[in-house]
Amino acid sequence: MRRRHLLAAATAAALPARAALGQGTAGAARVLKFVPQADLAVLDPIVTTAYVTRHHGFAVWDTLYGFTQDYAAEPQMAEGHSVENDGRRVTIRLREGLKFHDGEPVRAADCVASIRRWGARDPLGQVLLARTEELSAPDDRTILFRLSRPFPLLLDALAKTSPPVCFIMPERLAATDPRQPVQEIVGSGPFRFLADERVPGRRAVYERFADYVPRAEGVPTWTAGPKRVHLDRVEWHIMPDTAAASAALQAGDVDWWENPLGELQPQLRRNRNIVMEILDPTGFVGIARFNTLHPPFDRAVIRRALLGAVDQEAFMTAVIGSDRSLWRDDVGIFPPGTPLANDEGMGVLTGTRDIEKVKREIAEAGYGGEKVVLLVANDFPTLAAIANVGAEMLRRVGMEVEVVADQLSALLQRRARREAPAAGGWNMFFTFWSGLDLFNPGVNQALRGTGERAWFGWPTMPRMEELRAQWFDAPDLAAQQRLARDIQAEALREAPYLPLGQYFQATAYRRGLSGMLKGPPLFWNLQRA
Amino acid sequence: MFAYVVRRILATIPVMAVVALFVFSLLYVAPGDPAAVIAGDQATPDDVERIRQSLGLDRPYLVRFGAWVFDIMRGDLGVSIFTNLPVVTMIQQRIEPTLSLMVVTLILAVSIAVPMGVVAAWKVGTWMDRAVMGFAVLGFSVPVFVVGYLLAYVFALELDWLPVQGYTPFSQGFVPWFENLILPAIALGSVYIALIARITRATMLEVLQQDYIRTARAKGAGQPSILFLHALKNAAVPIVTVIGIGIALLIGGAVVTESVFAIPGLGRLTVDAILRRDYPVIQGVVLLFSFVYVLVNLVIDLLYTLFDPRIRY
Repeated sequence: MRRRHLLAAATAAALPARAALGQGTAGAARVLKFVPQADLAVLDPIVTTAYVTRHHGFAVWDTLYGFTQDYAAEPQMAEGHSVENDGRRVTIRLREGLKFHDGEPVRAADCVASIRRWGARDPLGQVLLARTEELSAPDDRTILFRLSRPFPLLLDALAKTSPPVCFIMPERLAATDPRQPVQEIVGSGPFRFLADERVPGRRAVYERFADYVPRAEGVPTWTAGPKRVHLDRVEWHIMPDTAAASAALQAGDVDWWENPLGELQPQLRRNRNIVMEILDPTGFVGIARFNTLHPPFDRAVIRRALLGAVDQEAFMTAVIGSDRSLWRDDVGIFPPGTPLANDEGMGVLTGTRDIEKVKREIAEAGYGGEKVVLLVANDFPTLAAIANVGAEMLRRVGMEVEVVADQLSALLQRRARREAPAAGGWNMFFTFWSGLDLFNPGVNQALRGTGERAWFGWPTMPRMEELRAQWFDAPDLAAQQRLARDIQAEALREAPYLPLGQYFQATAYRRGLSGMLKGPPLFWNLQRA
Repeated sequence: MFAYVVRRILATIPVMAVVALFVFSLLYVAPGDPAAVIAGDQATPDDVERIRQSLGLDRPYLVRFGAWVFDIMRGDLGVSIFTNLPVVTMIQQRIEPTLSLMVVTLILAVSIAVPMGVVAAWKVGTWMDRAVMGFAVLGFSVPVFVVGYLLAYVFALELDWLPVQGYTPFSQGFVPWFENLILPAIALGSVYIALIARITRATMLEVLQQDYIRTARAKGAGQPSILFLHALKNAAVPIVTVIGIGIALLIGGAVVTESVFAIPGLGRLTVDAILRRDYPVIQGVVLLFSFVYVLVNLVIDLLYTLFDPRIRY
């Protein structure tokens, strides 16, 4: 009895203290506690393509154009634009009253410097700047592009949400070398980053920027429309341990966990205080990337033959389980549901899997039993899952497989090596890209065919480069879609990578939050019921 | 004694120099590329190479090592490749949670394990002895993370008695600070309690056979006096040694415990830095841990003289 009384007294003493801390409750009404997918290590969204830094970027900075759920560009900081001289002269007018977080007004010169810095890193930006003869700020509210030839994707480039995003920074910071991170975070967006409260690996904090001016009209959708803020403070709590994050969400210590691990999702779904929702309908697409410099994958015929062995259902089941609402297995070069998705040549991926036929084809193509070195990141469960299925697939078709499993950071270094696999190089690696990073030829780095200047794997595909150049000049969506069919056919003929299926990452948040927008985690429009 | 302490502190300098050389060389040859991690998955090889150059990672080994040693001599541990913050600042931000966890664990473990070991030795062969030894085997056998998850599930999620994760700084009050540390300290301390309890029992068993204990009994000394005044003091040297050695266990265990309970301490900082290959942070933290370990050994050596006056330096 006495022991029980002691325990009860200790519990009673503990509970008020917990309440005072806001633990075990959803927290204060205008404070949101968010668990991002990873630590926010790098703050500059131009230096890195890490998704977590992109999320941070959308909170802190604004963009000239927003991206709608229909994959279209809509004015955001821009009031509007005019196109003259057959598309060779584009003038963008800034909205009035825009301010940076240091109180300075946003000027066209800031936008010009930001576009230049972003364009030095971004593939689409590089195409834009290559066609730009003049990029200037005739006055504080006017941005002028004078192009050597029309670039119909100009506004899409400025609106794109795949990293790096064209965020608008003050000119003095945008003048920083794009390889070096900016030394100060001065935003133009709806939330101000509180650098003093940042503890890397633990916490990042944002507060509402009172002087932010949302668009007056429109409907919030993805990164477009009015960015009205209903929260005073957003706290990011870094929790690398997924069990700890799950427990924190269930206990009400945090409000929102961006990426619950697949195996923990059933438990969260059973909790009636928690809502599970898929925010990004473009999901994540798995790819197996070939190194085209060395045998056996220097031969397109072997790469192409392996398309016939890909069982996307097996890959996706290994990643996220058997619930078909969480994945798709009819995935080609462009993610299903996006404007350029098409069925050109898809039979090779969706038809009956015939392993014996694949075996015959790779043997006829001259596969001589060379060892195939696979890079497997064993510190990321989803990457390890697709890699293990991939290794088994190669073994089934009779290939000699050597798995090199290591931490991702070590594999990234090996991935950059062009040497033969036996000399420390590689033959194949696996990764996932957001659907938005693959949804058109302008952003899909894995489709580049520029040889040694292409993305890791270094394929040389002159026809693909031609088609890509034509796609940039396509005057409208219908023309883009026609070219997308050719591009998909060429991609399946050259097979620089194998599409392994698409899964949808559910996010989990406490019931009572409303106004959550689709796309990457966005903190405007969000409020408690 | 004073001269001894000064000599020992000075002796840490060559030790730290060897550690520095060892850590730097190991990281140099270890696979991993922070430039590739910073650039992100979709960066092109050219982007990665340009970032590598801008970070100075393409410089020769000796140049990098020389620059690092020169900075250390000036008390500068460098700047994190990723966060762009000074390593000293990052350590300062993280040292309180780890220190708190270790101190609470140490106090908890010693105050539980020593009496357990004493009682087990006193009641050797009885059910109490077996219970203590059974607990010790369990403590050794069950990994810290399993204990941590079980504690979090039962006491935080099911019973809702204690916070499930996180850390509250001491400056925000003793109760919330302590509350956040109870479960992690028990989880981390389980191995430590097992270790100290076993050593205490074994040492006490040996001491209790000594003639002076028989003499004390013959003089009519009470059991508590025999156990805690006569026997325990003479058994203290090996126990203190094990407590000291166990600090290394705590440092290692803190990495896991901090992950399970989302405590933003040095352990987690080390893991994150290793995963990203954030060389300046890894080097700084390892140097700090080495320095602490050398100091702990010094303190243990000095404590010997307190428990055994025959020991002199």
